[in-house]
Amino acid sequence: MKRSSWTGEPVSRRDIVRAGMGGAAALALAGHVAPVRAQGGDMLTFEQLYGKFSVLGLEFSEQVKRLKGRKVSMRGFMAPPLKAESKFFVLTKMPMALCPFCSSDADWPEDIVVVYLGDKQTFVQSNQTIEVTGTLEVGSWIDPETGFVSQLRLTDARFRSV
Amino acid sequence: MRHYWLVATAVALVPGVAGAQAIYPIDRATILSGSKFDFKVEFPEVVKEADVKVLVNGEDHASVFGKKAEFTEKEKDANASAIRLNDVVIAKPGTYKIEASVAGQPAKSVTWEVYGTADKPVAKNVIFLIGDGMSVAHRTAARIMSRGNTQGKANAKLNMDYLPNLAFIGTSSTDSIAADSANTASAYFTGHKSAVNALGVYDSRAKNSLEHPKQETLGQALRRAAPNKKLGIVTTAEVEDATPAALVANTRKRADKDKIVGMHFAVLPDVLLGGGSAYFLPQGTPGSKRKDDIDYIAKFRDEGYSIATDRDSLIKSAAETNSGKVLGLFHTGNMDVLLDRQFLKRGTVDKFPNQPGLVDMTKAALDVLSKNEDGFVLMVEGASIDKMSHPLDWDRAAVETIEFDNAVGVAREFAEKHPDTLVIVTADHTHGVGVVGTIDDNKPGDDMREKVGTYQDAGFPNYEDKDGDTYPDDINVSKRLAIFSNNFPDYYETWRPKLDGPFVPAIKNEKDEYIANEQYRNVPGAVLRIGNIPRSGDTGVHAVDDVVLQSQGPGSEKLKGYMENSDVYRVVVDALALGAKQ
Repeated sequence: MKRSSWTGEPVSRRDIVRAGMGGAAALALAGHVAPVRAQGGDMLTFEQLYGKFSVLGLEFSEQVKRLKGRKVSMRGFMAPPLKAESKFFVLTKMPMALCPFCSSDADWPEDIVVVYLGDKQTFVQSNQTIEVTGTLEVGSWIDPETGFVSQLRLTDARFRSV
Repeated sequence: MRHYWLVATAVALVPGVAGAQAIYPIDRATILSGSKFDFKVEFPEVVKEADVKVLVNGEDHASVFGKKAEFTEKEKDANASAIRLNDVVIAKPGTYKIEASVAGQPAKSVTWEVYGTADKPVAKNVIFLIGDGMSVAHRTAARIMSRGNTQGKANAKLNMDYLPNLAFIGTSSTDSIAADSANTASAYFTGHKSAVNALGVYDSRAKNSLEHPKQETLGQALRRAAPNKKLGIVTTAEVEDATPAALVANTRKRADKDKIVGMHFAVLPDVLLGGGSAYFLPQGTPGSKRKDDIDYIAKFRDEGYSIATDRDSLIKSAAETNSGKVLGLFHTGNMDVLLDRQFLKRGTVDKFPNQPGLVDMTKAALDVLSKNEDGFVLMVEGASIDKMSHPLDWDRAAVETIEFDNAVGVAREFAEKHPDTLVIVTADHTHGVGVVGTIDDNKPGDDMREKVGTYQDAGFPNYEDKDGDTYPDDINVSKRLAIFSNNFPDYYETWRPKLDGPFVPAIKNEKDEYIANEQYRNVPGAVLRIGNIPRSGDTGVHAVDDVVLQSQGPGSEKLKGYMENSDVYRVVVDALALGAKQ
């Protein structure tokens, strides 16, 4: 599998340019590349995120309300970062093309989870199932750097391929 | 090398040779008399206001436009000067030559045609139906699947086959021969061409998507020139998506969806039906995609709208509304396609189980709008013909075309009872798709390629429609249409309908390249096809091919031969007599 870096910290543009010139080789990346074992926590599935879907607003499930602020694990697929320097990635239920229709970063399905990593880790291919463990944050949040709006997040997270 | 040196010298010797860099509206623009537009001249460098001269047909522009354009010495997005005047109106039809020059240098000039309309409308109502991305192959596939073909003759025609007047429509953009649904719909609904991704604006050098020179949309023109006429917008996409937005929006970026909701609110279409509620909900509501606390559902309700959220409440709202205003939002995003809604129960149908279809929505819109004695304009979009064609899901795209055609049937039924209705059926752009024959599972072997029948071996597919609902009872028949795209990213060709949900042919890797989606690799018979578009392309692309437009009713006789998409607007506003009264 080809790998490039995934980092929990901003990557400078120069790093990105360098990586581009060097092909798919790893970016400047210090440590933390070894596969990490999931740290446990309650398992949560994509089907369990919302209790109610409605045009006038969704409702978080009882499980999500109960697990808010606690360590949970979820399995899904890693969508590539919106911008190389963004600090988060999007965990999706199915591998997906980013906004297949309009080149906008606004058109994600409702059932996504945004993952903020605790430490740097390498990007894995979108075809690969991963398990992410982190602290479940619930409620609207606008990423200050990208303006990306999310409802559910796993913070201080780690992931492993499964 | 020598070339570059010569050019550099020439520029150095003749300073300021460029004069004005750009004038908006652009050369050969066609402008409805009495309509509003923003006028802008961009200079390539910083110039002195006193040196700038802008003439209209030889007269000072201020005397023709009624006001002097505002001079900006240094634009914030360019180290250069510009002049601009918003909301210019020219009432008198004719040819207008604009000349802009700096201190006696050669002028840059453009010529506009300002056109008037008839004094009295010939049409009371206009129903404008757009099959997004609908190409000839979609129609052929829909006709064969829905109606069948025996010994070379269609067993019956589609509804759209009956519209008598026909035109070929050019869809190219100001910046490209290719186009997208934003600037093509914008051309239909402003009469101006624009750039890919733009709605109701010219593409200037401004960086902010909301600061480009505006064009007047049909929705805005109706509110200005025919305030008693009702406006309806119906789509299976998000109501903020490009095609429905084109009636109300002025932005360089179609992705400004949260702002486009505000633009809908500024025009207040009397009937607005589709998906996309996520951009109406304040940011604190789970499911919201807004970045502020504005609750647009509440704002529309305060304006007297009844709010429908599923098929039942739509039918109820349409029947009971006193205000004649209905906002129907049936999905947080794009609505599910007919194949998933009615047959396979895939996509997001489990989450939004009672979505109306395009036929339900078209009927409801006509019920509400037709109560207005001063008539209406209704735009109906079959959005997912395109949304299923991009990911090469030709079965879903063909079934969407059948549904769209059934909405055309509803429009034609209405027009039969109300002959003062102009009906236009067209697409906004095409896809690179063709029907080449059949795929027959009963041919020997496992090699799917050898099961493709061409020429006399294609024979006839075995779709059936026993219940007469116009849709094939089973999409996954043993002998089905072979439909292929002429352009694609890397993907696995599975040679059969995607029964588990809409196709996702390619996904992105860490190098921002699209690679074949491995989910389909193990489908029996699947074959990897290496793409022929750049690796940054996620799905099939729009074709540059002409669109077929068909029409009937008063004014439709003018829709013939080859026309630019922007020319269609002129026929619509002429039929409605929206030009300045002379």
